[in-house]
Amino acid sequence: MARLTINGTAHDVDVDPNTPLLWVIRENVGLTGTKYGCGIAQCGACTVHIDGVAVRSCGMVVSDAVGKQITTIEGLAAGGTLHKVQKAWVNHDVPQCGYCQSGMIMAVAALLREKPKPTDADIDAAITNICRCGTFQQVREAIHMAATA
Amino acid sequence: MNYVPTLNRRSFVIGTAAIGGGLALGLEIPLGGPTVVRAADGSPEINAWVVIRPDDTVVIRVVRTEMGQGTLTGLAQLVAEELECDWSKITTEYPTPGQSVARKRVWGDFSTGGSRGIRMSHEYVRKGGAAARMMLMQAAANEWKVPVGELTVANSVITHKASGRNTTFGKVAEAAAKLEPPKDVALKDPKDWKVIGKPLLRLDTPDKVTGKLVYGTDLKLPGMLNAAIRDCPVQGGKIKSFDAAKVSGMPGVKKVVQVGDSGVAVVADTWWHAKTAVDALPIVWDEGESTKVSSATIADWLKAGLDADQAFVGNENGDAKAAIAAAAKKIEAVYAYPYQNHATMEPMNATARWTADKCEVWVPTQNGEAAFAATLAASGLPADKCDVYKTYVSGGGFGRRGAFHDYVTQAILIAKQMPGTPVKLLWSREEDMTHGRYHPVMQCKLTGAFDKDNNLTGLHIRLSGQSILAYIFPQNLQNGKDPLTFQGLMPQGQEHAFGYTVANLMIDHSMRNPHVLPGFWRGVNINQNAIFLECFMDELAHSVGQDPLEFRRKLMSKHPRNLGVLNAVAEKAGWGKPAPQGVYRGLEQMMAFNSYVAACAEVSVNGDKIKVHRIVAATDPGYAVNPSQIERQVAGSFVYGLSALFYQECTVKDGRIEQENFDTYNSMRINEMPKVESIIMPTGGSVWGGVGEPTICVAAPAVMNAYFAATGKRIRSFPLKNHNIQMA
Repeated sequence: MARLTINGTAHDVDVDPNTPLLWVIRENVGLTGTKYGCGIAQCGACTVHIDGVAVRSCGMVVSDAVGKQITTIEGLAAGGTLHKVQKAWVNHDVPQCGYCQSGMIMAVAALLREKPKPTDADIDAAITNICRCGTFQQVREAIHMAATA
Repeated sequence: MNYVPTLNRRSFVIGTAAIGGGLALGLEIPLGGPTVVRAADGSPEINAWVVIRPDDTVVIRVVRTEMGQGTLTGLAQLVAEELECDWSKITTEYPTPGQSVARKRVWGDFSTGGSRGIRMSHEYVRKGGAAARMMLMQAAANEWKVPVGELTVANSVITHKASGRNTTFGKVAEAAAKLEPPKDVALKDPKDWKVIGKPLLRLDTPDKVTGKLVYGTDLKLPGMLNAAIRDCPVQGGKIKSFDAAKVSGMPGVKKVVQVGDSGVAVVADTWWHAKTAVDALPIVWDEGESTKVSSATIADWLKAGLDADQAFVGNENGDAKAAIAAAAKKIEAVYAYPYQNHATMEPMNATARWTADKCEVWVPTQNGEAAFAATLAASGLPADKCDVYKTYVSGGGFGRRGAFHDYVTQAILIAKQMPGTPVKLLWSREEDMTHGRYHPVMQCKLTGAFDKDNNLTGLHIRLSGQSILAYIFPQNLQNGKDPLTFQGLMPQGQEHAFGYTVANLMIDHSMRNPHVLPGFWRGVNINQNAIFLECFMDELAHSVGQDPLEFRRKLMSKHPRNLGVLNAVAEKAGWGKPAPQGVYRGLEQMMAFNSYVAACAEVSVNGDKIKVHRIVAATDPGYAVNPSQIERQVAGSFVYGLSALFYQECTVKDGRIEQENFDTYNSMRINEMPKVESIIMPTGGSVWGGVGEPTICVAAPAVMNAYFAATGKRIRSFPLKNHNIQMA
């Protein structure tokens, strides 16, 4: 049994301690906004925040997440108000298929927390998620929009 | 127009029956009295495309699949333009293939590939919107007992100015639904469009930013179990045996089942449990004869085709052979293009529930009807006992989810072994990478002939490699020839026509079909054909000391739309003017899917690193329904095309694909993204072009031609990683 704190709520899950956090979030807790893309921490579709830092949840075992604040895409909006990154994504029509965008948004939200006015170089260094639709141009533009919002 | 309305008493003819170009369809409902077809919530259908709810919500039916390309929004714009409805009150709905079959395919083709979504259905969906508007207005006219010609309509409000009355679509929908559909439906002149051509925001964004959107991978049904599968790693191979007892006691495992003759799946409470168990499952394969095949044997076979006597002729005029024999100067080059996987972000998946009386499938698919056909075949049940529910959005498609529904077949074969229990089958990334329907392999020998005055007198393009149709739709071969192989090289008048005039031309194809299954892939054959042709045009130009733009222009006087996009990118990019220090330019133009596209790339080269700084890209699709979405498709297509150019190859060893995940099959990231400047220059006409695919092919040749300008080196086999070149 592991006690996880996800989006401010405690969840007791009965899983093997070596289960990837991604699958516990998706299957045991039932929050499916966090996506499976590769399982080897390459693509970033499974990005969540662990104590405010962007982490690829497919590469973290659940036992390492115990006692930490886990935030998923479902918990990014505070009190029904979209996070500024989510707003910029809507206003700038960033997602195409959208499958990678939960992870993309979580990675960007973590970047803006660290660097509220990121340069293009900061973006290049921090955002390494794969998007096969190729939304990068809009992602970059929307990051700057969110940073000035 | 002032037709006399009559109520249907014996039959209700679906609105598009009278109006849908090419859709001679009707639905007979054997009931007395007025009959209205109703949506699931009871709201009346005005016709198959439009449902109006009492609260004025406009439900637009869409059967093409949204997978990121924006077709959902674009098709809704087409209907809304003619319907004159309030855009803020629009929602969309996917009819199921089962409903379509029951209604004699009233919605037409579901297939969403070949950049067809908008270009092949624009007319009948606009007519659907127009017919619904006419019926709604007629219903208002009947209520007010005034001629319909005195009414005006805008934003879902119908007004009779003379009497100062107005009403809304929601209030007259019930009456409108009972009217006979109009027989003559006129469409607006494009100059009067107010919704088409506007850069409207997509309809499907909000739930994508909150994690609420349910993709196929996210589906939950009561009592549902999860399946992970291993299919034979050598395509065409079979299962010899597996030892279910070794894993049946593992956590969560419910059942181990064989799937067809080539796969085995573990069904468990969670997918993680299923995947863990299937990874541990001992399986013995009968891999068959194809284990002798490798990338090297395939390459050798294709190479032999470059000079083979027998070849299918795709395009010819004059006598290329004689022109080459008589040439004052001959230029020759050989190019090669690899196997590539689609690598959609959402791996293949399908959820099935089967009983002896009913089979239902929930699936992200580019073609609901093809998924339905796979469902009928695998379930053993008739059409009226099956249905397929498409997920709202597919997590990418790029061709993988169109013609093949192997994952649907597998899901049903698993579900049949657990009747009544819904089973969600999800492929691991590794399963997805190694069981693709790959971008076909192709080699190409190009030979150009010049006379003594350096005029291009002849060109022979010999393709050697794989045909997609031969595997998928052999009935579409033309006396053995696969016309799609010649995308971008076809004769004039076709939707992928060759964009130059060469006095003596021969373009032919030696077909060589290895066991590795090919498939449609964003752009497919334009990708390699654009590299072959447009890099070689650059080679030809340089071989006679001519500017690549001027060299092309001389061959394009009879191709004004090709020339139009090429000139547009040259001008905007500043071709002929100095580039920034260390930056070099390259050009490309092509026609595909009835759209004309061109690019000018700017690159710099530092050792083994190429930085693509900027790509100016022009598209003439005839009509631009949503310029904002077109811009996004253009920029996105370059990510797909440049990832392929720099990084992507599926190699074959012992008959199997070697790359299993993104660590060996890379995809470019944001730091590698060039600045993309789109020029959208629709020139109208009677033919509409596609958008999702055409521009994918322009990035790679433009970059390679710029690389030559920078280095004087030609690279003719791909991806560039094989030459130790990286993207900076």
